Amino acid sequence: MSKENTDERYYRNQRILQKVFDLLYVAFRSLLITGISFIILYPILQKIAVAFKDKVDIYNPTIYMVPVNFTWENITLAMGILDYFPMLGKTLVFVIVTTLCTVASCALAGYGFARFNFPGNGILFGLVIITILVPTTTLMLPYYLHFKNFDVFGIIEMFTGKSGVNLLNSYWPSVITSATAIGLKAGLFIYIFRQFFKGLPKEIEEASLIDGAGGIQTFFRIMLPNAIPPIITVVLFCFVWQYNDTFYTTLFMNGMELMSLKVATLPSQANQFIPTLMGYSASSAFKADQNHVAMIIDTGILLAILPLLALYLVVQRYFVESIERSGIVG
Amino acid sequence: MKLNKMSLHRKRSMLGFFFIGPWLIGIIFFYMSPLIQSIKFSFSKMQIQSEGYSLLPVGLENFRTALFVDATFNRIITSSVWEMILSVPMILFFSLFSATLLNQKFRGRTLSRAIFFLPVILASNAIASAEQSGLISLIGSATYVEEMQGATSSYNVTSIVYMLLDIGIPLSFADYIVTAILQIYNIITSSGVQILIFLAALQSVPSSMYEVAKMEGATSYESFWKITFPMVSPLILTNIIYTIIDSFSGSPITNLIYSTAFETQNYGLSAAMSWIYTLVVTIFLAIVGVVLAKRIHYN
Repeated sequence: MSKENTDERYYRNQRILQKVFDLLYVAFRSLLITGISFIILYPILQKIAVAFKDKVDIYNPTIYMVPVNFTWENITLAMGILDYFPMLGKTLVFVIVTTLCTVASCALAGYGFARFNFPGNGILFGLVIITILVPTTTLMLPYYLHFKNFDVFGIIEMFTGKSGVNLLNSYWPSVITSATAIGLKAGLFIYIFRQFFKGLPKEIEEASLIDGAGGIQTFFRIMLPNAIPPIITVVLFCFVWQYNDTFYTTLFMNGMELMSLKVATLPSQANQFIPTLMGYSASSAFKADQNHVAMIIDTGILLAILPLLALYLVVQRYFVESIERSGIVG
Repeated sequence: MKLNKMSLHRKRSMLGFFFIGPWLIGIIFFYMSPLIQSIKFSFSKMQIQSEGYSLLPVGLENFRTALFVDATFNRIITSSVWEMILSVPMILFFSLFSATLLNQKFRGRTLSRAIFFLPVILASNAIASAEQSGLISLIGSATYVEEMQGATSSYNVTSIVYMLLDIGIPLSFADYIVTAILQIYNIITSSGVQILIFLAALQSVPSSMYEVAKMEGATSYESFWKITFPMVSPLILTNIIYTIIDSFSGSPITNLIYSTAFETQNYGLSAAMSWIYTLVVTIFLAIVGVVLAKRIHYN
């Protein structure tokens, strides 16, 4: 047998082996990704299934996920308990206002830290890092007192004679903290903006300054249009975190109708209201079936995350791309 | 005109203060002053009166109470910190692993990326607490629900433990792996942002490096450890910090601090507790920072 022949056989075997390995790897990878995706999606799928399940099906052991009797009743009940659409409207107004304030103030601060050599730049940026690292629980109590008797330099006391204004249970505490770039995870957003502006070439700015634009004009007309990726990133994160936040909302706005608060108290509300909503008088001895209550709670949670899911479906493509370009990686 | 006499440099630095203006106001009035107040509270006994409150300085009394008198604080802070130390490596490993997977080319990549980042928008304390109290009202016993959450999975792990021990892995490490397996749902749902950050880092690695490595005959295993890992290593610190600050919200220690202040109305003690917690976290972060600083490759 010639040498060429053995060589050829050897290479062919190698190629086949390689192919088998590749195939095995692809199979393994698909299995892994499918598995993890299933773990992530399972709670959502389960809640969707529960939302359309009729009461009759609760005690039917043959049902897995897909219900036999479909119904809209759970959704109507959960919407009734949550007072869904008015509350969603209020929540969206609140979240959008705070998000816009946060993005504006954090973009300004990030640009300031990235491009200007004012005295104390380093120290002040160190303070930004501290705001990221110190747990917000530390400031909980002073915050509460601060906004209970809100007053800057005693100006309000001077005019009205009262010791400050009670801003609790209004949108103001959150709006004020987000407009001054101190609100929910604002330090992180300043950091993102700073990293991005640091990465932009200085020549753009210099050109615009030479052409006669002032510093402020340069920022709004040259830098901001270039900063779309970090703006998208920050808007998305800020929106989602504000929407889901329970820390500031329980602290400042405990009595207000916001999605995160309502959802957190949903179980107790459900127990209380289901008999009434089902047509029994409040005084009657009728008690809601606990399994039914659990169904309503799941439906309520689904309704709460539905706006976020809808938003996510629309923007998820930008989500990944903008993070790649927004310079967190620095 | 005085303004015109200012040098360009001066002008630019004044403009800088204009840009950070809103933040500066915020940090002075809404951050530093609460911070100082909080330190003051931790050293005093606070009494709420009809008009405002009064502070009675008690020195280190609150810290003493938190550490030596309070029945639950020590236990909860140890378990919180311990949990943090255990979960940070798990989350880091999982998120780097997933990011590497999602960075490869395969069909359905966009879809699987969308699914992997879904936890970012679903990680909500409100939903978690609703689910928990829903479960409590369903089962009727809070302690049983807590026990259930301790062992979230009914999957039998003994076989895995024996298998790992047979391979020759020490018991403590086998235990750690098993914990990771049992907590896989928690790990997956809390590593959305970390995956995102690692993925962005992976995308910024120039592909020419891999091409050279391939030509020189490196296997993909080697090129991962020699190229990918060093290139993404700066982001490991970022991710550790992110994971830790993410664990602040909704952890048992935070709940304890909240309930001490607003349910038992012991404000001084609550402030002292939160400062002890801050101190522990800072020390932990400092250690991590020092250990990693020498090993990270900056380009």
